[in-house]
Amino acid sequence: MAQTFTRTLAFALVAATALVTPALAQEKVLRIGMTAADIPRTLGQPDQGFEGNRFTGIPIYDSLTQWDLSKADEASVLIPGVATEWSVDESDQTKWVFTLREGVTFHDGSPFDAAAVVWNVDKVLNQEAAHFDASQVGVTASRMPTLRSARVIDDMTVELTTSEPDSFLPINLTNLFMASPAHWQAKFDAVDASVTDPKLRAEQAWTAFAADPSGSGPFRVTAFAPRERLELVPNTEYWDPARTPTIDRVVMIPLPEANARTAALLSGQVDWIEAPSPDAIPQIESRGFTVYSNAQPHVWPWQLSFAEDSPWLDKRVRHAANLCINRSELKELLGGYMAEPVGTVAPGHPWWGNPSFEIKYDPDAARALMSEAGFSAETPLKVKVQTSASGSGQMQPIPMNEYAQQSLRDCFFDVELDVIEWNTLFTNWRRGAKDPTANGANAINVSFAAMDPFFAMVRFTSTAAFPPVSNNWGYFGNDEFDALIATARTTFEADKRDEALAALHARIVEEAPFVWIAHDVGPRAMSPKVGNVVQPRSWFIDIATMTIED
Amino acid sequence: MLEYLVRRLVYTIPIFLGVSVVCFALVHISPGDPLISILPADASVELQQMLLTLYGFDRSYPEQFVRWLWRALQGDLGTSIATGRPVATEVMRAVYNTLMLAAVATILGFFLGCLFGFVAGYFSNSWVDRLASAIAVLGVSVPHYWLGMVLVIIFSAQLGWLPATGAGPGGSGAWRWDWVHMQFLILPAITMSVIPMGIVARTVRALVADLLAQDFIIGLRAKGLGELGIFWHVVKNAAPTALAVMGLQLGYLLGGSILIETVFSWPGTGLLLNSAIFQRDLPLLQGTILVLALFFVFLNLVVDVLQTALDPRIKRA
Repeated sequence: MAQTFTRTLAFALVAATALVTPALAQEKVLRIGMTAADIPRTLGQPDQGFEGNRFTGIPIYDSLTQWDLSKADEASVLIPGVATEWSVDESDQTKWVFTLREGVTFHDGSPFDAAAVVWNVDKVLNQEAAHFDASQVGVTASRMPTLRSARVIDDMTVELTTSEPDSFLPINLTNLFMASPAHWQAKFDAVDASVTDPKLRAEQAWTAFAADPSGSGPFRVTAFAPRERLELVPNTEYWDPARTPTIDRVVMIPLPEANARTAALLSGQVDWIEAPSPDAIPQIESRGFTVYSNAQPHVWPWQLSFAEDSPWLDKRVRHAANLCINRSELKELLGGYMAEPVGTVAPGHPWWGNPSFEIKYDPDAARALMSEAGFSAETPLKVKVQTSASGSGQMQPIPMNEYAQQSLRDCFFDVELDVIEWNTLFTNWRRGAKDPTANGANAINVSFAAMDPFFAMVRFTSTAAFPPVSNNWGYFGNDEFDALIATARTTFEADKRDEALAALHARIVEEAPFVWIAHDVGPRAMSPKVGNVVQPRSWFIDIATMTIED
Repeated sequence: MLEYLVRRLVYTIPIFLGVSVVCFALVHISPGDPLISILPADASVELQQMLLTLYGFDRSYPEQFVRWLWRALQGDLGTSIATGRPVATEVMRAVYNTLMLAAVATILGFFLGCLFGFVAGYFSNSWVDRLASAIAVLGVSVPHYWLGMVLVIIFSAQLGWLPATGAGPGGSGAWRWDWVHMQFLILPAITMSVIPMGIVARTVRALVADLLAQDFIIGLRAKGLGELGIFWHVVKNAAPTALAVMGLQLGYLLGGSILIETVFSWPGTGLLLNSAIFQRDLPLLQGTILVLALFFVFLNLVVDVLQTALDPRIKRA
């Protein structure tokens, strides 16, 4: 009897193991080591720059318009998101009408409609709204500087109003993520009744919403441990079948230290790390991991000063500096992980514009220009560049700047580097070259994202963007540039707007208010089991379409 | 004893006030914009001003300090600018994680330190002493973040025996005292223990060597007390000083583990401070420093009381 029982038990155990083991083995988990020190905010408007949008924006939320992340070999362009079409009101170009996609629901099951769009605009722009959240304003409002309000036309149509005619609005709207109003309201209603101050209740509702968010994106959040991990599972009801995930679970882990990320990848703790240190890449590749990279709109330049007495006021000097950097050698120094820039955007980009000045390595031409400008090896031009020792998006600032310093020495430049702390540099960037914080520097090295026209060009070339208004640190600009910007801003047909932006870009390259030194290529290392990886020419990457091989 | 305890508790009030002033002043005099984590560099002036007002940074420093201190006294350390989460929750979770790591490292460091110290002290000037002292000096001298990286390279990246980062497969919130989770603790705890190990070993060695040469030990030996008995007397006499040193070390470990916690992505106060500094998250920075400082004050109090209890000769005035 006992023997029979034991046999039966053994059989049952084996059978149960046989049933359970494949189910466990088949769970397809993708574990990502991010560079962020914390999980980017999950409440709809992520912090931590575009890494935030990449990991807690795009996967969890939808936006009215979105970037096409499906191609690696051409520029990432704007495509419909949860708005299917949009147009400007010809009689009043400050008004836009967006038609919304039918059948979209939030993760909590509530429908996405025009009222939800208005609610999401109000969360950052309407201080009178019950759900207004100051903490989301900064990262949102500055990325859509002209958006003022929204109004419901009907269930699936919404009107957005801008402060001035602005053709960039559809591009800016990739940064406004749609959170669920119904889910937030449920969180608000659940706040303890002892909290009576509406603002405090709203603040607590947002905190609860961040811990248990609801968007309409391809993934939904299932577990959130602040500063440690975020777990997502597929939203099986997602409206776009092509982007409905096949991965069972995505785990995101903040690993700010580059060596820790590399060790986590090599020890099998994660399947994907962002920004491996260049030194570690050969070892990573030798262990069978794949390193993906692509030119991304991430510009690493010296932004030049046009303030009185700046040595860069002479265009020959600016051109000479651009001709004197041996970018291919610098690329070698970085293990191949940079792109050689020929402007803010690359040839083939809709905003390229074919400038007449060609950025390349031509030290003889550079020296000739410098001689013409009155400089020589004996009497070099002294310039001072403010930079940081590290910082978000700064790549390898010290070796790269030292390389540029050495390179420019061959063309009669005497470069002094003023290395300061990253946050201080970032704050100084806003204060301008004339501010005492510039410490006598006539160039500043702050890398930037060039995803949309405002970020890529307008804020550096408009006289309206002089400090402290925006990042025209060097006070570059004149009537010609203001007119080019105005034309681009008021040209509403997408192709024609791009043509206007191309004209602006061409003139920027010709006038050279930057020394374009490098473009980042956003390297990321992945386990070979991660499949269908498309690294687009973008700051973003689509996790939803990736696969995990067994 | 009770009177002494009350007096020591009263002494902590001015210390708390001093610590709060210093910690508020330090974070406010450091350069950078307090709203940098939520306000991009291209935000409009109006937007900057609006957020400064909403977060109360447009008020005078004394007013900001008094408001912060008043809330802190009620247990409210404010809200993190970067995450929107309550600072007290963030800090206490991190304190727990750091405490766990520091406690294991302290026990390890104290045990090994005492072991090496006693061995070196007992066999003073022999090769055993030189070996134990060399290990102790090495422990004090080796940069611990470097040691951490080396351990990770060997045991995680190369051998794949132990995890390289984190506090458990499901994060620290799902921590269990089982092998799966404790694997995550081994490398950071070893790394963290080397400095206290070295310091305790050197202190104990000097104490033991000194005690063994004292008259009362010679007297005890002359009376025929066995080596075990002698050893017990040495332990009793060395313990207060060793404990005081270890108490201070635990305090340092609680606040001074930024590098180790960053190397191992251990979600403790060090990593929290690192993150708060880089994000210029002033409420989080102030709250973390204040809590750590108060922990240090508390630990000193506990050590003082323990010393008094262990050695009644130590009567504080």
